[in-house]
Amino acid sequence: MTTTQATHDARSFSSATAERASWRQTLQNALVITRREVRDSLRDWRIMVPIFLLTLIFPLLATAMTRIFTGFFEDNGAEDLLPALLPLMPMVVGFFPVSISLVIALETFVGEKERRSLEPLLSTPLTNTELYMGKTLAAMIPPLLASYTGIAIYVGSLVLGKQQWRPEPVLIVQILLLTTFQALVMVTGAVVVSSQTTSTRAANLLASFIIIPMSMLMILESTIMVKPYKRYLLWYIMVGMVVTVILLVRMGARIFNREELLGRALDQLNLRWSWHIFWDELRGPVGERFHLGRWYRLSVWPTVRSLRTPTLVVLLVLMAAFAVGWLYADQWRVPLEQFQADDEQMLDNLRSWLALGQKNPHLILFALTQNLRVLAVATLLAIFTFGVMALVIVAAPFGILGFVLAQVVHSGLSPMPFMLGVLPHGVVEVPAIVLAAAAALRLGSVVTRPPQDMTVSEAWLRALGDAVKVGLGVVLPLLVLAAVLEVTVTPRVVQWALGL
Amino acid sequence: MIEAHELTKDFKGFRAVDHISFAVKQGTIFAILGPNGAGKTTTVRMLTSILKPSAGWARVAGYDVVKQPTAVRRSVGVLTEQHGLYERMRGMEYLDFFTRIYRLPPELRTRRPLELMERFGLGDALEKRLGEYSKGMKQKLALVRAMLHDPPVLLLDEPTSAMDPQSAKLVRDTIKELRRAERTVAITTHNLTEAQELADRIAVIRQGRIIAMGTFEELSRRFVGEPIMELRLTQHLNGAAEELRGMVQIVAQGEDWLRYRTSAPQRTNPQVIRKLTGAGLEIVTLSEVSQTLEDIYLQIVAEDEGAHMEEHA
Repeated sequence: MTTTQATHDARSFSSATAERASWRQTLQNALVITRREVRDSLRDWRIMVPIFLLTLIFPLLATAMTRIFTGFFEDNGAEDLLPALLPLMPMVVGFFPVSISLVIALETFVGEKERRSLEPLLSTPLTNTELYMGKTLAAMIPPLLASYTGIAIYVGSLVLGKQQWRPEPVLIVQILLLTTFQALVMVTGAVVVSSQTTSTRAANLLASFIIIPMSMLMILESTIMVKPYKRYLLWYIMVGMVVTVILLVRMGARIFNREELLGRALDQLNLRWSWHIFWDELRGPVGERFHLGRWYRLSVWPTVRSLRTPTLVVLLVLMAAFAVGWLYADQWRVPLEQFQADDEQMLDNLRSWLALGQKNPHLILFALTQNLRVLAVATLLAIFTFGVMALVIVAAPFGILGFVLAQVVHSGLSPMPFMLGVLPHGVVEVPAIVLAAAAALRLGSVVTRPPQDMTVSEAWLRALGDAVKVGLGVVLPLLVLAAVLEVTVTPRVVQWALGL
Repeated sequence: MIEAHELTKDFKGFRAVDHISFAVKQGTIFAILGPNGAGKTTTVRMLTSILKPSAGWARVAGYDVVKQPTAVRRSVGVLTEQHGLYERMRGMEYLDFFTRIYRLPPELRTRRPLELMERFGLGDALEKRLGEYSKGMKQKLALVRAMLHDPPVLLLDEPTSAMDPQSAKLVRDTIKELRRAERTVAITTHNLTEAQELADRIAVIRQGRIIAMGTFEELSRRFVGEPIMELRLTQHLNGAAEELRGMVQIVAQGEDWLRYRTSAPQRTNPQVIRKLTGAGLEIVTLSEVSQTLEDIYLQIVAEDEGAHMEEHA
């Protein structure tokens, strides 16, 4: 066949119009990338030598160490501790090769960007998903195989060696799953790190954000592992890792796109641009001259309305926390019925506590700063936890509230005084807290799924602008009002209710 | 085959491409010229659906670059500014990787790379690792990669940079061959001689804007004026120049030669010849003084710079 004929044949393949590929085709295309990357990794001695050493030499070293420790424990009559300690080493043996996945991931993503070999790949019909999936699999497969091999060698030496160790199958499953999820967290985290950098050096510096938490997690897993009766907690850790992977994949899939990968030319902070975006979002479409009424109407309220979904999530979590607190009251009863309603000492204490606020109006400031501190911490932690900590911190008092109210009800006491001690300021305070938590939740989670037309940094800066806007425009005024009510009105209502 | 309308690309705080519009017909070669940082690469990246335009639209091979990115990328072959080859792979292995990505049928997966490699004189380098390729060989391999799936549109960034003259000629001939095969080619280049030789239409881009566009002749006429003719005689002019002054605008003269500018050489040149031969003078040659694209390009950029400074003032 001539070139012309060949080109004619090829053209029929180059003019396909289907934009959406089937999952099978997506996987096939992803595997084309994976095969190339894996082959490339296998040819790189900088990757293969450590994998080889960690896969074959380290398990043998670990076996020798185990033999020494076993002898030491047996000599000192502590052989009963061995079943608790033996599973530790396979975890470590599995973790070291898997940590290479981080290096491979950084290399395949940033390294390729640095060597400029990414652009020809981005110019092909491969979709972002295929590229992301192919490269993620490539970063995971060799280290995971090495890790499983290392674990098999080590566990095999324990099972067949002098120790004659007979681990429960579920323990082996746990170790293998923990190793796999650790690799997944590291690789998906590395994709996120890679997208934010243009050099391997910068990526390696940022990789500490992955390796440090993973090392801490390993320590936590080890402390759980040595207590066989607590090993069920490892399942929770796995669930936590799966959630983290889902969030990281969501984030990675969104930011692993051609625009982000090639548009990011510098690792430097563009403060001017950042300020411009933040300020633009904070002000909103209010025109040249700032006008407070217009700001509320055109900027603040639309933002509050845009927080509908996170607000709903926060409300659901608060209700769940309240319900959990209520349910736990059954388990840990406080014998409130033992307190006497006419106990003079208690009533005196209550009177003096109620009078405290009236004599010390500066407690308003205390109540306000207390709420602000909590919300500031929740927002700050939300940034580093995809918004999760905002929910946890804000939900905790509601759990306590549910617990206390349930105690009151279970003790046969009237819940009314308790309710009146919360409601007068609560009706203002709770909406403020819910709104603040919703803004913090969005601030933390927006990086996992920025709007289509925005880069991650722009989406985050706009979410920050929204959080500050809602904070200044709605939350702060409500909290001031709540603090005033809490110190001046609530005590009087309680006094009235109790007839003091 | 390629259409761009008011295409714009903003990055953080600056506009890389500013409302550019152009159209490239099927079977023609379009050259985009401009200094470094002018927006050429960003334009090509938008045309390959790698970057999303901030405003405007573009269609490549009939597909919208925003709505049908996969179809666009399937229809274009791209030679990127940096070759970006995988140095540990072998030539044939590298091309096989791309034939799979482009989903070429199995029977073409070997034949097509072999044909192209042979055409570019890389037949002996099929099993060599790409790290061992010379710069020129890498450039040719990158071009093979771009042509692998025989796309109807080729976007070539500096196609002959780093090549020896023989290889550069081979590549230029291939590009001309592509035009004959009704492929549409857009090249960005700093090599003005190459652009002049290859391009049917030329666009000069500066600070993200197209500041001039047209065929070489159109640009030449617009920016360096009407054609200049050179006349050589066997003997001294002997005052003939004075007689011609009424007919044409003489721009330079020597003892036995002169140069004149004319807007209509078809009409003027026979008159000049008649006049001189009538006066008994013998003409050796009458030819057009060739304007180079470099002259035109420099003039275009200088004019734009002047206009820009005036605007600021």
